Amino acid sequence: MASLVSRVPRLFQAVGRTLAAQATRGYADAAAPVGMSFTFGSPGAAFYNAATNVRQVDVPTFSGDIGILPSHVPTLAVLKPGRLSVYEDEGNVNHFVVSSGSVTVNEDSSVQILAEEACRLEDIDPGLARSGLEKAQQQLSAASTDAERTEAQVAIEFHEQVVKAIE
Amino acid sequence: MLSRTALFVPTCTQVRGMATLKEIRNRLKSVKNVQKITQSMKMVSAAKFSRAERELKPSRPYGTGANAFYDKVDIGQDLEKPKHLLVTMGSDRGLCGAMNSNINKLLKNYVKDNPDKEVKFITLGDKARQALYKTHPGYFMLTFSEFGRQPASFSDAADVAESIINSGYEFDVGQIYFNEYKSVVSYSLRPVPLHSLQSVSEADSLAVYDSLDAEVIRSYQEYQLASVLYACMKETNCCEHSARMTAMDSATKNAGEMIDKLTLTFNRTRQAVITGELIEIISGAAAL
Repeated sequence: MASLVSRVPRLFQAVGRTLAAQATRGYADAAAPVGMSFTFGSPGAAFYNAATNVRQVDVPTFSGDIGILPSHVPTLAVLKPGRLSVYEDEGNVNHFVVSSGSVTVNEDSSVQILAEEACRLEDIDPGLARSGLEKAQQQLSAASTDAERTEAQVAIEFHEQVVKAIE
Repeated sequence: MLSRTALFVPTCTQVRGMATLKEIRNRLKSVKNVQKITQSMKMVSAAKFSRAERELKPSRPYGTGANAFYDKVDIGQDLEKPKHLLVTMGSDRGLCGAMNSNINKLLKNYVKDNPDKEVKFITLGDKARQALYKTHPGYFMLTFSEFGRQPASFSDAADVAESIINSGYEFDVGQIYFNEYKSVVSYSLRPVPLHSLQSVSEADSLAVYDSLDAEVIRSYQEYQLASVLYACMKETNCCEHSARMTAMDSATKNAGEMIDKLTLTFNRTRQAVITGELIEIISGAAAL
């Protein structure tokens, strides 16, 4: 994963343009007045710590992609590799790529998302992501044991989602 | 031939226990060497500590985030149930304050206070095993060493979580004990409840959570366990290095004081020797 992240955000400008387009879509206009307390972090970085300026979060989970608004019904879910989007009050949208982890929505409208690995979408080098996907595919064809095969499949799924998220 | 064994060997210590110059010089030298060692240990710990503290910052919200669910769902633990599991986090190396002895004391007392329960330990760090394995061999379920030398990573936590899950020990009551870092000079032992999959799925207040199936709860619980362990490991790392840094700092300071005192005594003794010699010479010359 670390190899995927480049400190040079090459696609930053391109992403910035799409951001502006998406931000105009009013997702959470009907949001309840209670704000959510949003925590999102990975072992190496904390992106949001009980932030209250978030109105919507789109999360990829194994039970399907879910959008969390304030006062969402309490639920637990398991994160799936993919793109996680955070819509802030001021109209900013932050996109992240996550690998796996857990999602908790509690009764008091607090949301905790813990990702095993997460980074900002603009920090990802698309070239590295694609070559990572190819490498993972080679790994799968070279795999001889079940464990290796599963590992390679997980890597492929992750890289596919990263590439998809960039596009 | 008969050889005579010396029964009485006159030792050369002075009558009033005054140290000779040579003795003081040797002692001074060894104290200086000790000071050099503690000084460099302090430097090493300081470097490791600054890294551990930097890494602790993002892991704090991670840990509180992982525990938030358990706090809110309020899963009760019935202490009267028979199977207990204690996970403790210490360190491999000593010279880091009371960190490890706090844990060892706690484990000993826990066993003493719960004589009719089945108590198992999982210990991270060699110190707890070294101290307790002889007296409590039957209690140890798993021990992890090589803990604290390198900063803990998430995969370490995942390894520990996996071995707890795969151990097959169906505990009713679980606790993680670790030292929580407060400041460079302060840390305290803190418990965090450890829940088994069964106790989570049987919790009453879980009913308010929507669209749950057994698979989701299982994966969620496993991941949460690793997250909680990870946060505790980071706290422990930070404590270890800060405690060692403080300990080595005061050791260096004490050695400095000792060196000052010894130097003073050394100079005084030297003066006394010179004065003694002068008196001998002068009185010798006067006698002629």
